[in-house]
Amino acid sequence: MSFELPALPYAKSALEPYISEKTLDFHYGKHHQTYVNKLNDLVPGTKFENADLETIVKEAEGGIFNNGAQVWNHTFYFMQFSPDGCKEPKDKLKTAIEAEWKTVEDFKEAFSQAAATLFGSGWAWLVKDDAGKLSIVQTSNAANPMRDGLTPILTCDVWEHAYYLDKQNARPKYVEDFWKVLDWKVVSERF
Amino acid sequence: MSFELPKLSYAYDALEPYIDAQTMEIHHSKHHAAYTSKLNGAIEGSELEGKSIEELLANVSNHSTAVRNNGGGFYNHNLYWEIMAPGGASQPEGDLLKAINDSLGSVDKFKEAFANAAATRFGSGWAWLVKQGDSLVVSSTPNQDNPLMDVADVKGTPILGIDVWEHAYYLKYQNKRPDYIDAFWKVINWGEVAKRFKG
Ligand SMILES: [Fe+2]
Ligand SMILES: [Fe+2]
Repeated sequence: MSFELPALPYAKSALEPYISEKTLDFHYGKHHQTYVNKLNDLVPGTKFENADLETIVKEAEGGIFNNGAQVWNHTFYFMQFSPDGCKEPKDKLKTAIEAEWKTVEDFKEAFSQAAATLFGSGWAWLVKDDAGKLSIVQTSNAANPMRDGLTPILTCDVWEHAYYLDKQNARPKYVEDFWKVLDWKVVSERF
Repeated sequence: MSFELPKLSYAYDALEPYIDAQTMEIHHSKHHAAYTSKLNGAIEGSELEGKSIEELLANVSNHSTAVRNNGGGFYNHNLYWEIMAPGGASQPEGDLLKAINDSLGSVDKFKEAFANAAATRFGSGWAWLVKQGDSLVVSSTPNQDNPLMDVADVKGTPILGIDVWEHAYYLKYQNKRPDYIDAFWKVINWGEVAKRFKG
């Protein structure tokens, strides 16, 4: 089974000025593509030869895990953006967020803090447990919360490649702009 | 007495075209400066104040994550700026050359092992040439860890190191980390590496 880079649901310039076309050229066109290519190089002849991506994320180790999880994580990340998406959570998701953080603003602040303080390369996540309870987690490098039985709802890539061309060392500015292109409709559907 | 951001002994544009001036300026005046001030913040008013950076790193497992991350970041970048120079000697010489040949086979084999360690470090981190007694080994560490730390898999004295955090090369090389590693060989100050080898 061969993995493919999924098409973006928007043009590479669509998230300007918050995420530049140049950043998407590299992030999607090079980094995401390279993870796909490396995964396809690594799986033949292993027990993951016919596995789906989620199985690889949950069970693989080493290079197959790193590349497989990075394919999954980036697809999850890119699919949640839109130039004209829903700007705020609504209905059940809003209620669930307010149950944990009082207000959506408080949640955004806590999530932004998690994204800003993850040391090194990695991801900040909004996740849901089996009981439907929401929480924020940070993971390093390719790590994915599904390994811990949690369901990802929303993610922010804080590898420097996600923002360095646009924001350089100013990761908090990137996170601030991240909210402006996030489509809460996609996030709600995941919830 | 607090730790201070060192001044570079060359201009930000001195390593062009291998490392660009914008990268150098942000790397030194923003990233390294942030590690330095956060390290000072992490030890201020504690019993760690006044200890040398080497002492802090040697017992880093006893200290906070902030000391590990920022103490490592402070030390590693100090080393990185010093082991680079414009027009540095192009090859290792003398005792250092002999040690590289004895421990790692040849300069070419050393370069291959070091470049491979740098290219394959997944995520952020460093690759090192490490002195262990009279011999040398190549290793890599995640994030801002280094071989002086008691938590390192390979311990010893780092005499050469390459920063492979994306911030070290992204503005010029983007996703092409191997191109940055190739360029790094052109700016190594082998005299400084030899000095560190002598100890
Ligand atoms: Fe990424
Ligand atoms: Fe750095």
